[in-house]
This record gives sequence, structure tokens and C-alpha cells, in this order.
Amino acid sequence: MLHAFRRHSNVAILHTALLVLSLVATAQAQSPANKVRDVSIGLQAAITSMDPHYHNLSPNNSMMLHMFEGLIARDENQKLKPALAVSWKAIDDLTWEFKLRKNVRFHDATMFTADDVVATLRRAPNVANSPSSFATFVKPIVDVKVLDPHTIIFKTATPNVLLPSDLASVMIINKAHEKSNTEEFNSGRAAIGTGPYKFGEYVPNQRVLLKANYAYWGGEEPWDKITFKMLTNPAARVAALLSGDVQLIETVPTADIAKMAADKKLSLVDKVSNRVIYVHMNQSTDKSPPFVTSKDGKPLDKNPFRDARVRKALSMAVNRDAIVSRVMEGKAVAAAQLLPDFFYGTSKKLKPMKFDSEGAKKLLAEAGYPNGFAMTIHGPNNRYINDSGIAQALAQMYTRIGIDTKVETMPSSVYFTRATKLEFGYMLLGWGTESGEQGSAMRSLLATYDTAKGIGVTNRGRYSNPAFDKVLSDALVTMDDKKREAMIIQAAEIVMGDVGLIPLHYEVSTWASAKGLKYSARTDQYTLAMSLKPGK
Amino acid sequence: MLAYFLRRLSQSGLVLVAMSLIVFLGVYAIGNPIDLLVNPQADEVERARATAALGLDKPLYVQYLTFLGGAVTGDLGRSFVFGTPALELILSKMPATLELALFAMVLAVFAGIPLGLIAGLKPDSIIGRGIMAFSIVGFSLPTFWVGLILIMFFAVQLGWLPSNGRGDTTLLFGVPVSFLTVDGLSHLLLPGVNLALFKLSLLIRLTRAQVREAVLQDYVKFARAKGLSPSRVIGVHVLKNIMIPIVTVIGLEFGSVIAFAIVTESIFAWPGTGKLLIDSINQLDRPVIVAYLMVIVTLFIAINFIVDMVYSLLDPRVRLGQAAAAGH
Repeated sequence: MLHAFRRHSNVAILHTALLVLSLVATAQAQSPANKVRDVSIGLQAAITSMDPHYHNLSPNNSMMLHMFEGLIARDENQKLKPALAVSWKAIDDLTWEFKLRKNVRFHDATMFTADDVVATLRRAPNVANSPSSFATFVKPIVDVKVLDPHTIIFKTATPNVLLPSDLASVMIINKAHEKSNTEEFNSGRAAIGTGPYKFGEYVPNQRVLLKANYAYWGGEEPWDKITFKMLTNPAARVAALLSGDVQLIETVPTADIAKMAADKKLSLVDKVSNRVIYVHMNQSTDKSPPFVTSKDGKPLDKNPFRDARVRKALSMAVNRDAIVSRVMEGKAVAAAQLLPDFFYGTSKKLKPMKFDSEGAKKLLAEAGYPNGFAMTIHGPNNRYINDSGIAQALAQMYTRIGIDTKVETMPSSVYFTRATKLEFGYMLLGWGTESGEQGSAMRSLLATYDTAKGIGVTNRGRYSNPAFDKVLSDALVTMDDKKREAMIIQAAEIVMGDVGLIPLHYEVSTWASAKGLKYSARTDQYTLAMSLKPGK
Repeated sequence: MLAYFLRRLSQSGLVLVAMSLIVFLGVYAIGNPIDLLVNPQADEVERARATAALGLDKPLYVQYLTFLGGAVTGDLGRSFVFGTPALELILSKMPATLELALFAMVLAVFAGIPLGLIAGLKPDSIIGRGIMAFSIVGFSLPTFWVGLILIMFFAVQLGWLPSNGRGDTTLLFGVPVSFLTVDGLSHLLLPGVNLALFKLSLLIRLTRAQVREAVLQDYVKFARAKGLSPSRVIGVHVLKNIMIPIVTVIGLEFGSVIAFAIVTESIFAWPGTGKLLIDSINQLDRPVIVAYLMVIVTLFIAINFIVDMVYSLLDPRVRLGQAAAAGH
């Protein structure tokens, strides 16, 4: 048997050698042409599906925007702009009318009409095995009426000001594929949208290939073919760019930024993002929260985090500028609220808390902790940019005001489960506001925890302030944009004055491209080929 | 022989069940995948829906029994992350890993054994010492560092080879392979060398030690005294006798190359099972983790079995011993 195998392999080797030779010849004959309009992009995370309604996850949502479009799109600062809908307005508190774009064709040349929207709304919340569905965005709509092929009416049960923003997250599919499952999207058969690029190939954990849609209603894009490579290892991503295997990478490791900025063959772009890094302080217990004790290790008789003076002291003790310049190598912006102040619903009056360790000590003494206490900072070590470095810097700053601080960081797979169960006292976390408006961020992170109403669902600090809740909930049912924004700003000023959580900084995301390409960065950290243009 | 085979098979079955149970409990103890999968902006209703959709709402023993029930029919569950059958996902990544592992092993064997032979025959020459020095370097340097240096040198500085990924594939007997195209070979070379380096050094040292021992044996002296040509003495008398330990090590190492190509795969973004495993562990994608380990354990069992077969071809005494054991 072994002999037989050996003979076979001899033949195979000979065969291989011949094949290699012939391929060398053809490869050389073909290579120089048709390279100009192709581009490769290195992504930091895996794309888990080509089904736009399967997994509500930033890397997927970003990829889907190439092939699909929502009724509404978001610009690079996440302001809403028309896409498949040309205009929309609230007719009354519970009714919205959307006018759809005419003469838009899907990749299979069928016309886009209101029926496709109806099919999408039916499919989006009901995808089998979805680990994170789009139901949240679609659920508020209780009734849909199609007036004509390009006019559609949505009814909601309660006033819902976030409806346009929610619908910007829902990609419109062709009605022919309402019943298609995720596998049919992954194979490309059902992945038919109206977007500027068409499905080419999807290989899980490896690459996504897209081809230009020359019939795109918004005009032609500069690329014929785009290859997205999933390069999850940061060093591999940088090496791929340096060696010319890809022309654009996202999330340049902060440690490499200085060196790459000096490289004449590369250009770097950065932009402050919608992701704030913040601290939740566990106020769920009457006595000591987990991992918070007196200095001799005894439980405290009160929960110090329920005292606004302690929270303020903990915010004041943080030298945000030092974290930004040392830990983040300048690639962050000190934070005063949950979003940088050019976003909707942010207060221009709020400034990052001034660093003042003496003032912090005084506040602690006033609150009854003249000698401080002991606590452990918990944080992830593979989720946010330099997360464990931030936790260590914080610990040093707190030790300086007399709080004995330990640090424990862990992989996000362990950390988030325990944080959600409130097993920690002082938790380092991050939040990217996908809607681009501060009201929804505060509703998730700071409104009183209430699963029945679906508010405060990610409020791991269990902070609760009725005055703030009132202003915020009123704001979220106020249909007038101007009035609502004023109310959201008022709510933000109340909650930040009360230090409901400690905002640290906004992450700055960095992209690097080969010279000769221009990338316009986005606040939502999405990497879009539509933002990449040839030219300096 | 048959009894021996059946005994091995039932042992293997037990190993698989025990292993799947350990992994199930282990992943359960780490954390709840829902916390990683569900969009943080989602509310309780959505969390509950996702938990039910992935079958995580049932008690752990029910989940495990469901898994066992499926496993008997060859269904190892669906990936939480990709939503596709876990086994299918792994098997689609398997050719890439096997190709890389085989390529690395071929490099290691065809370079390592001759180099070891030279070093063993001429231990005090400059060449012999040079080979040994190289093997120490190859042994001591960490894989991820060598990988990065290879990339920096050959891909970034010289620009000769691509830095990552797998090249064009063609179908060989229905399996996608990349070593038949120029593009594929150029992608294969760096990760292949990186993965081979440690095994290569191991084989050099092992072969050298074996050769040095063998050349002092009486039968070798006798063969020399008989006036046989040096190539026949080395090729037949020395080499054939030292092959048994070398084949054992190759077999064991081949298994570990497949199972632990993870570092090389992630540095070179090689789309194999190792990279899939790491990503799955980070995401707590339990069906994929369990299915991966099941496949790897099965593979180890198969390799060990093949190694036993090869022994009997190399050394008739092994075959006799087994036949006697089976006869009892």
C-alpha cells in the first residue's frame, strides 16, 4: 500500500511541477493590466454574515452599507440624510410618511418600490438563529400602509422620535428574498440590494469580495473590485499595508502610529468617534458594593457610590489629559458627556471635569471618608483601545487621593457576563452611540433600570435620578426636533452635574492608507470603500 | 488485529464524550455568549429572544443532551456567531490548515533529516557545528517573533512575498489547494517556513543523536568492515534503523502542527481552523469550539493509528508483537 502511494505521489509531483510552470507563464502574461481600479482593505474584525438582518454588529453593519441601503443613511458625522427615501415627516405623533426614491433598481435589475420596504419590515425581526436581531428597530412600527409605490405610512403605538434613526439601521432587501435564509445571503444568491457594490464572494473569517454596481443611482464609484481581508491581528494588518497587500487598514495600533506617520509611503487619517470610555459605579447595594471595602478589608455600612460627592471626587481625581497623552498616545479626546459636542443633543456648556486631587480629597472627607477606602477597578483587556492601560492609570490616580486601588482586567468573554450580573463595583466600560444622538445613549446607560419599559437596560451602575428620568422621558416623546434637543441637553446637564457615570475620553480611530489614496474618516468607526477615493 | 482495532475505537469514543463534556462545562463557566453577541443597545426582550434562538435558555444538561443527540447523527450544532453548521465551518477551513501543516512537515522532514544526518556523521566539522547552532536558534526563537521578522524582511523590506492570507486555490480531487498555483505557493512559503522551523530543529537534533548512536553499533562497523560503500551503510544500515523514533516524533508532531498552527495562522492571517478556534473562543462560540476539538481528537487518534501501521512496515517485530497480543 505504501508503495502504491509513493508511486502516486511521484506522478502528482511531476504533474504539479508542470502545472506550476504553465501557471508561471500565464500569470506573467496577465498580471500588468486591470489592476488600476481594484483595491484591498484590511479589517480588524470578522464579518459574520452577508445577511443584513442576521447580526446587528458594527463590522457587519458597516459591510452591509456597501451592498444595501436603508430608507435613510448617515453621513460621516452620523447626521441623517436621504437614501432610498427622499423625504420623511411626522404627520402626527403616531404617524410618519416616507416618500421613496424613484427609478432605483436592485442589483438584479428589478425596480425598488414600497413593497420591498414592507417585505424588509416583515423579515428583519424574524431571522432564524439570529444572535442579535434588528427587531428593536422595527418593533415600534405597528402598522404599515402603502399609499402608492413610492409613498409609505408607518404607524407607531407611542410617539417615537427615534423612528428615522432606527430605520437608518435597517437595510432594504428585495421582496423576492423575504423568505430567504441566512445561508442564501451568504452564498450571494439573496444578497441583492440597491447599494453601490454588488456581492462577489464571502469566505467566513477570510475575505469579502465586492464588485461595482455600475447602475447605482447615486453615480459610479471609483473602484471595480474591492477585497476586504479580515486581518484581526494588529501586527498582521500593519504588515499587510506596509507590504502593499492592502491599500487601507482600520484601527492602526496606537503604538505604531508615530512610526507610520513618518513613513512617506503612507497617509494617516484620524477622527474622534462616537465611542465614549466611561466608568459605571455600582449603586445597586445599600451597603458595600462588590470589591469596595474599608481599608482594613471590612464591608462599609453605606454604599459610597450613592453619594454624589464621592462620585464627583472619583471623577475629579482623574487626570484625563494624562490618560489621553500617555496611555492613548494622543489618540483620544477628554470627555465631558457621552458624545463629542458636535452631535445632536450634546451640551456645549459641559466641559471635562478639571483634574484636582486636593479637591477630590476634600470631597471624600466631606462625604465621610477622610482616609479613603479600598476598591478594585475591573475592566476588559481586549475590547477597547488600551483598556488595561487605562485601568492601571486610574488606579494610580486613585491611590494618590487615598483610595487603595487594585486592578483586575480580563478578556471580554469573561468580563461582560460578570459585569452584567453586577459582580463588580467600579467598572471600566465603553459605549458607541450608533444613533448619533445623546438621548438614546442616556436612555440606555443612565435612565433608571426598568426591563419592563426597556429603559436603562445597560445601566450597570444602577444609577437612578427621578428628576433626570422625567426630563429625559419627556424629551423622548417630544416630536419637535428643536424642543427635544433642548430637553435632552437639559437632561445631560443634570446627569453629568450629578456624575451619574464618569466619562473618561472619546476614542479616536485611525486609518492608514497607501499614499495616493484619500480616506474620509467617520465617527461611527465604520470603514467604507465609498469613503476611499483615488487622488491625494 | 481486529480486536486491537475495536479496542482502540471504543477508547476513542470515550475520549470524545469526555472531552465534549469538559468543553461544554468549561465554556459555560467562562461566560454567557449572549453578552458578547447581542448588540449592547438591545433591550431585555431582544436578549431573551436571542437566548432562546441559540438554545441557551434551557438547562445546561438539556443543552448537552441535545448536543449528544445531534452528534450521534453527525450534527454538531450551529455556530452561534455564523449561524451555519459548526462542522461544515470547520471542514471548510480544514484544507487550508492541513495544507499548511503538510507543507511545513514536508519542509521539516526533507530538510531536517538530511541536515541531522550530516551533523551526526560529521559532528566536529564546521558544517556539523553550523547545523547544530542553527537548530538551537530555531528551537529557541518564539514562533510569533520569527513570523513577524519573516514578514518584515521578505514582505515589507524586500517585497518578494505577500505578507498574509492564502493565495489562489485550485481543486485537487475536489479539495481546494493552493500549492498548485504560483500565487498560492508564494502565500504558502512564509507561514510554511515559520511553522516548519521548530519541527525542523527538532528533527535535526533527533536525527543527529540517533545517527551518532547508530554509527558506533557493531552492525555498522561490521558493514563497513565488509567493504560496503558509505552510501549503502548510511542509507540502509543506519537510516533504516533510526527511523522508528523519528517516525513516532513526526506522527506526534504532525498532530500538534495541525492543532497548534494557531499562532502562525493568526500572524499570517491564514484562513485555517486555528484562527477560527481563537476567534470562536473569544466569542464563546461553543458549538465551534466543541466541534473543533472533536475533529482534532479524531485526527490525533487517526494519526496515531497510522503511525502504528507504519511501524509494522518499518519493523516486522512490531507487527509480530501485535499479532501475538491480539491472539490472546
